[in-house]
Amino acid sequence: MSATTTEKPVTGQTVLSLTGINKRFGAVQALTDVHLEVAAGEVVALVGDNGAGKSTLVKVISGVYQPDEGDITFAGRKISVGGPSDAQALGIATVFQDLALCDNLDVVANLFLGQERLLGPVLDEVTMEKEAWRLLRTLSAKIPSVRIPIAGLSGGQRQTVAIARSLVGNPKLVMLDEPTAALGVAQTAEVLNLVERLRETGLGVILISHNMADVQAVADRIVVMRLGRNAAEFRTEETTTEQLVAAITGASDNVVAARASRRAGTTDTTEGAGQ
Amino acid sequence: MSATTDETQSAVAADIADERLIQSQGLGGQARAVWNRLKGGELGMLPVVIGLIVISLVFYSQEPTFLSSKSLVNITLFAAPVGVIALGIVLVLLLGEIDLSVGSVSGFAAASMAVLVANKSQSLIVGMIAGILIGTLIGSVYALLYTRLGVPSFVFSLAGLLGFQGALLYVLGDQGTIVLPTDSGLRQFARERFLSDGAAYVLLAVVVLAYVGSQLLLVRRRKAAGLTPPNLTMVGIKAVLLAGGLGFLTYYLGIDRGWGYLFVLFVALVVVMDLMLRKTTWGRHVYAVGGNEEAARRAGIKVGRIYFSVFAATSTFAALGGILLAGQLTSVSQSSGTTDTNLTAIAAAVIGGTSLFGGRGSAYSALLGIIVLQAIQSGLNLMNVDSSVRFMVTGAVLLLAVAIDSVSRRVRSSSGRG
Repeated sequence: MSATTTEKPVTGQTVLSLTGINKRFGAVQALTDVHLEVAAGEVVALVGDNGAGKSTLVKVISGVYQPDEGDITFAGRKISVGGPSDAQALGIATVFQDLALCDNLDVVANLFLGQERLLGPVLDEVTMEKEAWRLLRTLSAKIPSVRIPIAGLSGGQRQTVAIARSLVGNPKLVMLDEPTAALGVAQTAEVLNLVERLRETGLGVILISHNMADVQAVADRIVVMRLGRNAAEFRTEETTTEQLVAAITGASDNVVAARASRRAGTTDTTEGAGQ
Repeated sequence: MSATTDETQSAVAADIADERLIQSQGLGGQARAVWNRLKGGELGMLPVVIGLIVISLVFYSQEPTFLSSKSLVNITLFAAPVGVIALGIVLVLLLGEIDLSVGSVSGFAAASMAVLVANKSQSLIVGMIAGILIGTLIGSVYALLYTRLGVPSFVFSLAGLLGFQGALLYVLGDQGTIVLPTDSGLRQFARERFLSDGAAYVLLAVVVLAYVGSQLLLVRRRKAAGLTPPNLTMVGIKAVLLAGGLGFLTYYLGIDRGWGYLFVLFVALVVVMDLMLRKTTWGRHVYAVGGNEEAARRAGIKVGRIYFSVFAATSTFAALGGILLAGQLTSVSQSSGTTDTNLTAIAAAVIGGTSLFGGRGSAYSALLGIIVLQAIQSGLNLMNVDSSVRFMVTGAVLLLAVAIDSVSRRVRSSSGRG
């Protein structure tokens, strides 16, 4: 990598660690005693059914919600994230599912939206354009021109711009919420390449996805959530899709597993429940 | 990959390294790039410029005095006050909002000024500042209604349209009309003050030099940053066209009275607003909010403040335009700023190429749009056509402009330019 971020975290060092996170919404206990660790240069996939608490957890990390209990340690310091801009300042970047790009502005304008580089009182377009190319090169991204409006880009290219934008503030941790949900086969591969590129540059990555194939393709570790709790944790290379699905759906008490075990005539339904 | 990147970086500027990019180097390439933009529905100011040429030719063939120096000077002068109001409309349209009350606000502000000066014997400058501040205040209230209560801009500005027309009548009382005295500075500024030939050419030279200077600076900075610099031949051609065009206009208008202070003020406001929109953070954020408000909010832009500044600026421009119009017409009456002003200002912004759908447009559309409308009005007046026809023609032109906007929007979305 020719261009590097200024303070590159040492790979393997824990960037983010959550312990005992609890979050209630009225009578609903959305998160119960959740823990999560992400190291620099590691891709952690967060999977779980709808309502498992993935999004709530992401919003707690990105400062949208405050946890009721629990500690967040980021880069060795205990922190409280007051809001999305706080998270940004700390070095936690989030790429939301609906990308949030302005179609009428060009790539450079979108990358630096809200954090424009200035030359005295005016916008410093030259520095921003140069920086934009540097960011896109670190991602080995294929964007034909940074001076065309976002509307002229394909879905994968937009996702690239959104991910590149998260890197503008030199973050240590990037969270991607369903980055491949709306993409075709080739574009999905492109985005997975980007995720690997983020790992190579030494960032901690949290990847949220419903797509088991994607998760197994890029993640180092897979954290499964179920009903607001940590259900299981796997190292990707030691895991099969069946184990994952079992953990996500709650292996022993679901229709699929019950039917499968009835057919197989076995009673062993506990496989895969790692912890 | 780092090795290859470094190689391409040293050989080719970073922004043209991608092999899929259509190269637009050299003059032929530039021309092709322009053609492709037009084909993709990025019409910009082209329709209005063509429209202006057609209008000029049609009226010239009917009435040769249309293109006389005197007639053109009159067009610039009469265009300016409503043009200032249209400049404010451009701002709200960029956010995808509308302000229907600019006419009433302009009349109310002018009446307040006139009453302060004529009846309360305040100095002219105090009256003008008070009038302009009234505009700012009205805009601020609009902004609060929009951001705090979520009232649609169409509704509160419609209420303002009626309300401030009533306020105009109230302020004027049973006087009906207030005439500004002949020695009033405002009246002289708007009607009798013109740039001397010398001053006009000096100003022209300053403008052209500023353009060339900024381009040369850009060339140096982009080269230093390893990006393709603007084509120097193109810069030269544009500078010569700019100098030639402005020089000819200055000479031709100079046969009669030349550039009026009023018009110079209007153009200066347009240029300053254009620079603010394109070169400052505030301007970038206005386009962002107009394009995708939610994205702007998530990017950390204080969306409420952008709305506030824009609504306040629009009403301020409306008040200033109303005051200038009062100076030009030498009086404020009960009909100041009624529907004609209002719709002309909105029509000018749209005809000039600012999209009704938000996020697209430029300050120059106020200038071009109002010149088109004023040219039509002057031409029809010269031909002694009834005002009924004038309204119908203006309506047709507005419809045409909106149709062009809608069609080019469709073409843009099909050719991937949003």
